[in-house]
This record gives sequence, structure tokens and C-alpha cells, in this order.
Amino acid sequence: MEQPTMGAMQMSFDDKQKVSATSSTIKMSARDVKVFYGDTEALHGINMDLYENEVVAFIGPSGCGKSTFLRCFNRMNDTIDSARVTGEILLDGRDIHDKKLDVVQLRAQVGMVFQKPNPFPKSIYENIAYGPRLHGLVDNNKSDLDEIVETSLQRAGLWKEVKDRLDAPGTGLSGGQQQRLCIARAIAVSPEVILMDEPCSALDPIATSIIEELIDELKGSYTIAIVTHNMQQAARVSDKTGFFHLGDLVEINETREIFTNPKDSRTEDYITGRFG
Amino acid sequence: MNTETVNLPDQTDLAKKRDLMQQRVTKSLKRRHSQEQRFRMMGVAAVVAALAFVALLFITILSKGVPAFWQAHITLDVHFDEQLIKIDEKPVRMESESEAEFNQRFLAWQTQLGFINFNRIILNAIAKEIPEAADHPRDAMQLVTSGERFALRDMVRDDPSIIGTTQRLTMLADANIDVWVKGNVDRDLPTSQQQISTLTQEWADELVDRGVIENSFSTSLFMNPDSRSSLASAGLAGAFMGSLMMMLIVMFLAVPIGVASAIYLEEFAPQNKLTDLIEVNINNLAAVPSIVFGLLGASVFILWFKLPLSAPIVGGLVLTLMTLPTVIIATRSTLKAIPPSIRSAALGLGASKVQSVLHHVLPLAIPGILTGAILGIAQALGEAAPLLLIGMSSFVASVPATPFEQSTALPVQIFLWQGNELRNFFEARTSAAIVVLLALMISLNAVAIWLRKHFETRW
Repeated sequence: MEQPTMGAMQMSFDDKQKVSATSSTIKMSARDVKVFYGDTEALHGINMDLYENEVVAFIGPSGCGKSTFLRCFNRMNDTIDSARVTGEILLDGRDIHDKKLDVVQLRAQVGMVFQKPNPFPKSIYENIAYGPRLHGLVDNNKSDLDEIVETSLQRAGLWKEVKDRLDAPGTGLSGGQQQRLCIARAIAVSPEVILMDEPCSALDPIATSIIEELIDELKGSYTIAIVTHNMQQAARVSDKTGFFHLGDLVEINETREIFTNPKDSRTEDYITGRFG
Repeated sequence: MNTETVNLPDQTDLAKKRDLMQQRVTKSLKRRHSQEQRFRMMGVAAVVAALAFVALLFITILSKGVPAFWQAHITLDVHFDEQLIKIDEKPVRMESESEAEFNQRFLAWQTQLGFINFNRIILNAIAKEIPEAADHPRDAMQLVTSGERFALRDMVRDDPSIIGTTQRLTMLADANIDVWVKGNVDRDLPTSQQQISTLTQEWADELVDRGVIENSFSTSLFMNPDSRSSLASAGLAGAFMGSLMMMLIVMFLAVPIGVASAIYLEEFAPQNKLTDLIEVNINNLAAVPSIVFGLLGASVFILWFKLPLSAPIVGGLVLTLMTLPTVIIATRSTLKAIPPSIRSAALGLGASKVQSVLHHVLPLAIPGILTGAILGIAQALGEAAPLLLIGMSSFVASVPATPFEQSTALPVQIFLWQGNELRNFFEARTSAAIVVLLALMISLNAVAIWLRKHFETRW
């Protein structure tokens, strides 16, 4: 079971070697981030940098805090009453917990794709148009909005499939299409960072590979952080991988390094399938 | 090798054990099936029993109530005798006159009209059909309900030119005639126990034979307010209007307040001891007997706020208080059922909390909210107990024009009629009023169902 998997990963690393031209600009950084749910400390002081045009994958066993940490980057933990976040998270050097920074503005800059596809129960068009309209990105101009809808759907690789039925309900699409619709919806507000919380966990392998290709394409324009349970996926799509365990970031490094030469024994145990 | 030989007897043992297990399973299967069967039968029996009771209820009410929509009418040639109707010309407003002056003149004319003996005109009309009636005015006047003389007066008031003419008019027969004609009274009872004299009984039968008295559809039940002097023309108009006003008040107060508080409690309020306490109390309020709300209304709205007694405004406010918990609970459970992923999706795109609720959660919740609201309103519509305590059980013989005027309500009217001393007539009338109330409720529920379907099929 282990051997062929690792082989497949090896191959994908080689493919990627050519593409991965990592820029060194830090887009977001987390410093000593702790998250409490009531009195329980779920994350024990995490430090991490997200670089521009890079995909970072968060892996780790269930309940290790990777999704919680991901949600810190756009302050989605604010919506949970009992959750409390301490530490510093910077976006382009600015603290996102700054009183002067509106959380609405932050979320326009840092978009999110959720585990379960969650299109609004509205038409495909309305799903995409909602964000731009909300933030006033278009001056009530139908053709501008049409253009945003079209480009977003094109970037998400969904345009060809839905262009003739933009008025059809978004909830009527297949699971994979719905998730791409959600990605299109996220990029329609032109964010700088996209957070993806296990975006493929509810999808079949074909839909998953389409999304993975999409992520690869999108990283040219966005900074992407993705939580995944699927280690091959992490290997395939990410430039860097962070391994979380029991609320700690055990190790973060180039994906290739993590999978071939992990520094920590816990990482090794996890990626070789000994636990998790 | 060694183990295999040892295992052999074990395997036959195992097969035996399996057989035994299978037998046991088969046995228990039989028991389980019969248990299931019994359970289903009980369920079906319960449903059938419930339906039978509903059917029985409807059959009794309809069979009693529907005949009340048909009433005995008497058709007579009424001569508006100019010898009897001696009045001045109907005043017309002159240009030199102020409105008050004209009103005074008109009032004086109406007083003059009020003194005219319209009973005499009716009696003359009856005498045309039955000549000996002229000698027995008391018996003759038992044929036509007393309210008709006012109807004749109003005809003259509206159009004095009919004076001197003869009109063929269909008038409501007296309630006792209606009862007699329909056979709702034991004809063998001695005269002393009959409501109408023997002479009137004979005349009534004769007029029925000649087709002068006919049982025909009557709008009086819908068009007239309650009446005690002219029972045959007692109607639901006043109660209906009162109920309608109260429903409007409930709709415009309970629904917005209830929905707003539910949204606040469900979507915005922090989860703490205080909101827990509020939630528990709202649930308790929904279980408070409605008569307690009546007491509250009497002491707060009438004694403290000095609002008028027996007025739909007070009734509406009391019913609003009673309906609020229902609306809040229904709305909250609807909001709870909206998947949180929709809220996350909106928040993740940068919508504010209010925007995520208004743009996404609320539209999805509308069918449920509407259903809850209309069920609450229907409940309020059928409520009589709290209204008794704020004076709405008094006899009101007019249709209220504003919510501050005295009025009664449909369920209270049913209660009043149910206690009327002329049972033979009002038993049917009460059932007819119940039919009207039920029809109103069924249409409200139908609207609720239609609204839910309408908003649901949008997505």
C-alpha cells in the first residue's frame, strides 16, 4: 500500500519541479496563534508564513486543528461564539485583528471554499454575482457584472458546462460542479488569498482531479492554503506542506521534503500511514 | 495439521450451533413480524378513528348549520299608503344652507319618518293575502320579523318617491315561523307551550301551501349585525368585522414583532444565561392558558391604558400577546433548520451578519415563517376565552366602523347564540356561524399552504 503511493508522489514532484517557481514575498503570516474553544486550547501557538503564488497544504489527523487554523486567516472563527483567537495574523504586513480593518474587507481579500459545496439556493448567475454586487465592484452595470460572472466561471473551468443555463439553480449542479461554482464565487470578488477547507472531500476522483488542476492554475494569481486529508492530494497540488498534530504545527517544509525526508518522527509515522 | 483434526468435531458443533441460532432467529422473526403488524394496525386504527371523529364533526355541523342559510321568506304586495306615510318632502340641501343646518333639517325629517306606523303597512299587506288578518293584528304581525318595518322605513328614506306605489317585496318571516315551517318544533305541543298562536300557525301553513311563504337563501346571516328584537335577521356581520379587525391587528403586530425577536434571538443574541431564560419563558408563555391573557388585557389595556371596553383594538392586542410566542417559536425552529453552510458561504464572501441573514437565511425561512404566522393567526381567530374577559361577550347590534368601537367576535358570537333562549332557531344559526368560522380558518390554512408551496417552488 505504501510503496506505490510514494512512487506516485515521487512522479508528481518531478512534474512540478519545472513549474514551481516560488516567489519569496510573504502574503500572510501567523505569529503565535492560539485558538481557544471555551477553556480548551485547540491550537498551541502556531507560526506560519503564506507566500504569494504558492499553495500550502495543511495535513494531519482529524481534530488536529488544521481547519481551525485555516479559519483564522479570514477570521471565520469569529462566527463561533465560544472561539477565541490570540496571537497575530498579518495580511501584507497589517494585523487582521486591527480594529481599523473591517472583517468584511478582510473576507473580500481572503476568500474561502468550504468542505461541503454550499452554493446559495439561487441561480448560477446570482451565486457568482452576489459577491461583486455586495462589495460594489460593479457600478450597477449589467454588462460589467456579466463579464465578471463569465470570467469567474471560466477560471473555475465551469463556463462551458453552464453557460447555457446561468438561470438554473446552483443547487441543481453535480457535487463537483457545485464546488467549482463555489470556487468561482470566491474568485469573483478578486481575493488575494483563497482558503480551501478540504474542498474535495465530498467529491469523486474525477471531480477531485478537475479541482486539483484548477488549484494548480489558480496559484498563478492567488495565494492558496488548502486543508486536506488526502496526502496524495497534498503532494500533487502543494508547494509547501505543514503537518499538524494535536494543535501543534509539527513541521512545515517544501512538500517534497516533507514526503521524502520528514524531520519529525510523527510526520513520518503519519505520512507512512502508521497513524491518523 | 494437528489443529485441523482437533477442529473437525468443533466444526460440526459450530454447524449445530448455527442451526440452533437460525431456528431462534426464525422464531423471533415471527414474533417481531407480528409485533410490527400490531403496531401498524394500531396506527391505522388511530388514524381511522381520528378521521371518523373529524367526519362526524363536519357532518353534524354542516347538517345542522347549512339549513340555516335558507330561511322562511314571505312575499307580499306592500302598498306604501300615502294616507299612512304623511311626511314632508325629503329635504334637499340648499346652497344658502350650511352643512350643520342641513343635517338638522334632515334629522328632523327622519324623526318624522320614525313616527310612521310601518307595522300598519305590513299588516295591510298581510291582509291582502289573508283578509281576516286585519281583525287579528297581533297574530298577523307574528308572521313577519319585526326588523322588516325598519327595512320599509329605510326604503322610504332612501327613495321617498315610492310613497303611493305598491311594491312586491320579499320579507324575512319571523324566527318562530321559520321554526314552524321547517318543522323544528313539535307541532303536537299544547298551544300554551307554542311560541305562535293557533291562528298564526294556520295562516303560516296556508301561506306555505299558496307559495307566499318560501324557504329561500338568505343573506341576512352575513349582512346583518346581531339582533335580539328581530331574531330572524340576527347576523354575523358585526362579529365578522370585529374578528377581521382583530386579525389585522394581530397580523400587523404579532408577525413583525415575533419574527424580529426570533431572528434576533436565533441569529444575533449571544448564547448566555439571559437568553436561555428568555427562551424558557417564551416556551412557557406559549403554554399559558389563553384566559390569563384576557385578564392581563383587562388590567393593562383597559384599566391602565384606558382603552375602551369590548373594542377590537383591545381584543387584537390581547390576541397579539397570545400569538407572539407561537410566532417566535415557529420562526426560531425554521431558522434553526436553515443549514449553517449558507451562513458560512455568505460570511465567507464578506457579507456582514445582517446581510447574510437578510439576503440568504430569511428568504429560505419565509415559507416556514408564513406557516407559523398563519397558524398563530388561525389560533387567535378561534379564541373566545380571553375576549370574554375584556367585555367582547356583550350584545352589540351594530357593525363596528373602527377598532375602537364596540364589537364582538365570531367565536364569542357562537358562544352567545349557543346560549340564546330560542333554541329551536338558534341551534341551526349557531352551527351556521361555526361553518362560517371554519370556512374562514380553512381558507387561512389554505393560504398558508399555498404561500409555502409558492415560496418553496422558487427553489
